[in-house]
Amino acid sequence: MSARDQIASAIAENDVVLFMKGTPQFPQCGFSGQVVQILDYLGAPYKGVNVLASDEMRQGIKEFSNWPTIPQLYVKGEFVGGCDIIREMFQAGELQSHLKEAGVELKQTA
Amino acid sequence: MPMDAREIEELIRAALPDASVTIRDLAGDGDHYAATVVSETFRGKSRVQQHQIVYQALKGQMGGQLHALALQTSAGPIAQQDATKGM
Repeated sequence: MSARDQIASAIAENDVVLFMKGTPQFPQCGFSGQVVQILDYLGAPYKGVNVLASDEMRQGIKEFSNWPTIPQLYVKGEFVGGCDIIREMFQAGELQSHLKEAGVELKQTA
Repeated sequence: MPMDAREIEELIRAALPDASVTIRDLAGDGDHYAATVVSETFRGKSRVQQHQIVYQALKGQMGGQLHALALQTSAGPIAQQDATKGM
């Protein structure tokens, strides 16, 4: 399966997908770690995809979304943003409402 | 070869002549910056679209030569006469 197909199926099969460096348990980049912390704090179930697993994945996700950096968060197939945008949305309470409106169940809101 | 703050500012200004741009060097290594960009061009656009405009202005350096750019964008306050026009 090509990197592009892997990306597309991860997005199609999961409500919330975080393309990141490392894994949720062991983030390997401060920016990826910040988004992991926010999602864990909100108790939002998500699938972490480690783009460091292959160069094709690491480059492929940037082309797929036309976004030059990692991490990248997708909710219900839609690209929501990278670290800056997710942090800004979280601080404004918008991430919580965005996830709820998308039907994602949160264990605890800020 | 890392980028310097002035180069980033010039690239953003070239694409957004009306923008007010402030750049902060986060680590002193030419690789980690924070930028705040205010431009009328952003009005009505989503955060993702606003950031993509800045990334395009940086001509592919983002994520390559420039490892990290903490970005804050906004359209700024609606200009006074526009505000009254809208009443």
